Amino acid sequence: MTSAQSIESSNDFVIKFANVNGSGSSSANELFARAVMRMGVPVAPRNIFPSNIQGLPTWYEVRVSEAGWLGARGGCDMMIAMNPQTWDRDVAAVDAGGYLFYDSTKPMPASKFRDDITVLGVPLTAMCNREYTDPRQRQLFKNVMYVGALIALLDMEFSVAEALIVDRYRGKDPLIQANVHALRLGYDYVRAHLPCPIGLTVRRADAVGDRIFIDGNSACGLGAVYGGATVAGWYPITPSTSVIESFTSYCRKFRTDPDSGHARYAAVQAEDELASIGMVIGAAWNGARAFTATSGPGISLMQEFFGLAYFAEIPAVIFDVQRGSPSTGMPTRTQQSDLLACAYASHGDTRHVLLFPENPYECFTFGALAFDLADRLQTPVFVLSDLDMGMNESLCKPFDWDDSRRYDRGKLMTYEDLEAGKDFGRYLDVDGDGIPYRTIPGTHPTKGAYFTRGTTRNAYAKYSEAGTDYVYNMERLRRKFDTAKALVPAPILKKAAQPTRIGVIYYGSTSPAMAEAGALLEADGIHVDTLRVCGFPFCDEIMQFIADHEQVFVVEQNESGQLRSLLINEGEIDPKKLVRVLHYDGSPITARFISGRIADALSDRKISPIRKVAS
Amino acid sequence: MTYLAKPKLLSADAPKNALGYTRRDYEGAISTLCAGCGHDSISASIVQACFDLDIEPHRVAKLSGIGCSSKTPDYFLGNSHGFNSVHGRMPSVLTGAALANRNLIYLGVSGDGDSASIGIGQFAHAMRRGVNMTYIVENNGVYGLTKGQFSATADKGSKSKKGVINSDNPIDLAALALQLGATYVARSFSGDKEQLVPLIKGALCHNGPALIDVLSPCVTFNNHGGSTRSYDYVRQHNEAVNRVEVILPRDPIETSYPPGSLRRVVQHDGSILHLRKLDIDYDPSDRIGAINHLQERQALGEIVTGLLYVDSSAQDMHSHLNTVEKPLNQLGDAYLCPGSKALDALNALLR
Ligand SMILES: Cc1ncc(C[n+]2csc(CCOP(=O)(O)OP(=O)(O)O)c2C)c(N)n1
Ligand code: SF4
Repeated sequence: MTSAQSIESSNDFVIKFANVNGSGSSSANELFARAVMRMGVPVAPRNIFPSNIQGLPTWYEVRVSEAGWLGARGGCDMMIAMNPQTWDRDVAAVDAGGYLFYDSTKPMPASKFRDDITVLGVPLTAMCNREYTDPRQRQLFKNVMYVGALIALLDMEFSVAEALIVDRYRGKDPLIQANVHALRLGYDYVRAHLPCPIGLTVRRADAVGDRIFIDGNSACGLGAVYGGATVAGWYPITPSTSVIESFTSYCRKFRTDPDSGHARYAAVQAEDELASIGMVIGAAWNGARAFTATSGPGISLMQEFFGLAYFAEIPAVIFDVQRGSPSTGMPTRTQQSDLLACAYASHGDTRHVLLFPENPYECFTFGALAFDLADRLQTPVFVLSDLDMGMNESLCKPFDWDDSRRYDRGKLMTYEDLEAGKDFGRYLDVDGDGIPYRTIPGTHPTKGAYFTRGTTRNAYAKYSEAGTDYVYNMERLRRKFDTAKALVPAPILKKAAQPTRIGVIYYGSTSPAMAEAGALLEADGIHVDTLRVCGFPFCDEIMQFIADHEQVFVVEQNESGQLRSLLINEGEIDPKKLVRVLHYDGSPITARFISGRIADALSDRKISPIRKVAS
Repeated sequence: MTYLAKPKLLSADAPKNALGYTRRDYEGAISTLCAGCGHDSISASIVQACFDLDIEPHRVAKLSGIGCSSKTPDYFLGNSHGFNSVHGRMPSVLTGAALANRNLIYLGVSGDGDSASIGIGQFAHAMRRGVNMTYIVENNGVYGLTKGQFSATADKGSKSKKGVINSDNPIDLAALALQLGATYVARSFSGDKEQLVPLIKGALCHNGPALIDVLSPCVTFNNHGGSTRSYDYVRQHNEAVNRVEVILPRDPIETSYPPGSLRRVVQHDGSILHLRKLDIDYDPSDRIGAINHLQERQALGEIVTGLLYVDSSAQDMHSHLNTVEKPLNQLGDAYLCPGSKALDALNALLR
């Protein structure tokens, strides 16, 4: 059933694994992705998994791209169809000319295939049943076996996958032997029975460089360790839980006192999100660096406390790994839909500092930076990641750290300052930047104590309902927010190859897809300047970018265009100028989607993107 | 106006404690509560207890939720940092504070509305988590600040000021704390300073979650006939299981008590609780016995006061978490940041 025009591609294709949740396939799938990477070819894997533990369908998609495009591409050149439940869907998902790999223990009738794709059958179950007696082993090694088969089909180096297994199970020789054996069985079967390699191949390249491969949540946890966090209050929620798991495991490694074995950190699983943010606020009030990690529903629950931390001016760091919303939404799908809920969290005139990392490297750097900003500004700081970035491993720059860097603890009034007779007014704007000085409980026996509250007060923290005190405070908070503009990471501008009147604004995990979309558009003769927003409050460059372009597309992964709303609101921008490009079905946005929408919109509006260059 | 400091008109011979502080050094702003509110008597007892124990005021962190009761931390220990958080959520804020610095003394003040309704979840979890704190509930059976609605501790059948009869069952916070694993549980009455002050002292010296449920009549909304939280009602139905005295290790007084009538309980910090037994059968080290005793007496319409339970070998949250001795908020960069070398090694593992 080989089609006439099979897809031929080396180092540039998408392969998808259709599995059943709980079948232990994820480590085998990851083994495949890493093997490609070890051959020097960039990969971008993505887990597509249901909100259940066992039994429902799950997919693992690996984009292989020597060009280095790490965003989701869409489409599928090869399907490893291991889930009978989704067979029809999976067969249909293969691009014309693509490949279908299946377990041929029970051969399928021809009617179950398509005649425009290549079908590759390996009797995996039969081979496992012959080889193993234990049902769990039969299941697990079946997965390793199909990886072995793929190594042969794609003409990859067996030794690369073998070395990965040795690395993974270092010190556990029986496990190494058993896994390599299963890998070999799959490999040998294919070499003996199927024509290989197929049209898709992986050739050794040098396109990975020194990049590392890690998921955003692990990087956030590491960022919290490097940022000096000592207290975490948290409550489990997909997709943020692994931020805390990563924090605690890095802390166990780096923050266990070598002499006493005691922990230089405390991570407490709270009873709910209210308590987790309450703990963060209590700890930060008392001078520790503290954080929580959550997702949309948790953000909703924490609102009252965000208002308190904002108004009482207490540092707090919140990692929000966004998922499909509203309500419980699509817990295991990705979105960027908490932007407004975080920017204006809580009742009244609150506004919060937001950071938008684009990949694990920035999850780490922005994660660590968030603690400096929270202390400097004495306010909550949100790091907005999402499921796509948080839970999928991704190639990124290696982590680095400047050893001369010291934590910026912000304006702390010390015992010595108080002794020296410095005037301490907890809410006094001494320096004109809106940021007051604070004291940590226990600082001085007779000076510097004050009462923290969410009710209004005067500059000396005394309860006051006087309108003038309230207005002073609100104006100072506004000044402080303006100060934050210069402290959040600056936006990143990429100029098109030619002058253009079209701009595109985007943020966060849209980044890899946007980079590729820019290239696709350019190939079509459409030139756009792009600006990646890295933080909120928005600095003047962002507003200038909008002013400098006739039409600005705002690309984001939610239904209502939340970044656009925020830009309109904060920059008092004419809404007509900002065109929505919205992707929100829960899957990661793709380059094809972005470039398609922009090209369509431009042709609809008959806007020529290219400014005539004066000759 | 609460921000008026109390005039410091001191007589030269005002008694001083071992730190050289007078009682005035433990006071705060002038209370704005209704004259006669039970909560003010509790504040006075806190002042007395801290004075007696020679506690440095700045080593106390006082936290509260929202309500008349939760305003009171402003009215004592003016040299301590205070935190009036949000309604019902003081326990989590206090937990976080305690995580940050294990060396301060944590005093949580709350109301029955604050703790038994909106905050019951946080109340429960702070108790079971073993937070080292003194948690005082100023229990008046009503919502004072929102003007007289029943709270969840109001007795079934009791009457509001407006004549409404409460049809819901009450929550007994002391019984609840016992079930949840609090290691020091007491009940008292705001009008009985003689009993309350030593109970607070014992709680402050205790290493673990200490709850004191203090019946504290609301003179404005819950001090009428039909209320089971009025001064008269509580006085008539109060039965004390014991009287407590707290002796600091350096204090020689312990030898002057005749043996037999006293039970000595040595707490973690070395302080000694002397329980003067009133009820000969009452054993404050028996958690289940304490729960039973509370319920039996409640069925008879009695309010049991005194130290209901103490576990002198209690361990606090920091022991469970195995945290370092040095407060987490005092660890410098060098102790916290693994540095670039560690990152290089990590990068190598991630390829
Ligand atoms: C989220 C929230 N809901 C409601 C309120 C209104 N509120 C303020 S104090 C209070 C009740 C306080 O009662 P209690 O804790 O018993 O203290 P008391 O005033 O009786 O001392 C309520 C409901 C609030 N501040 N916050
Ligand atoms: S309303 Fe009641 S609880 Fe509140 S201050 Fe007045 S007497 Fe006290």
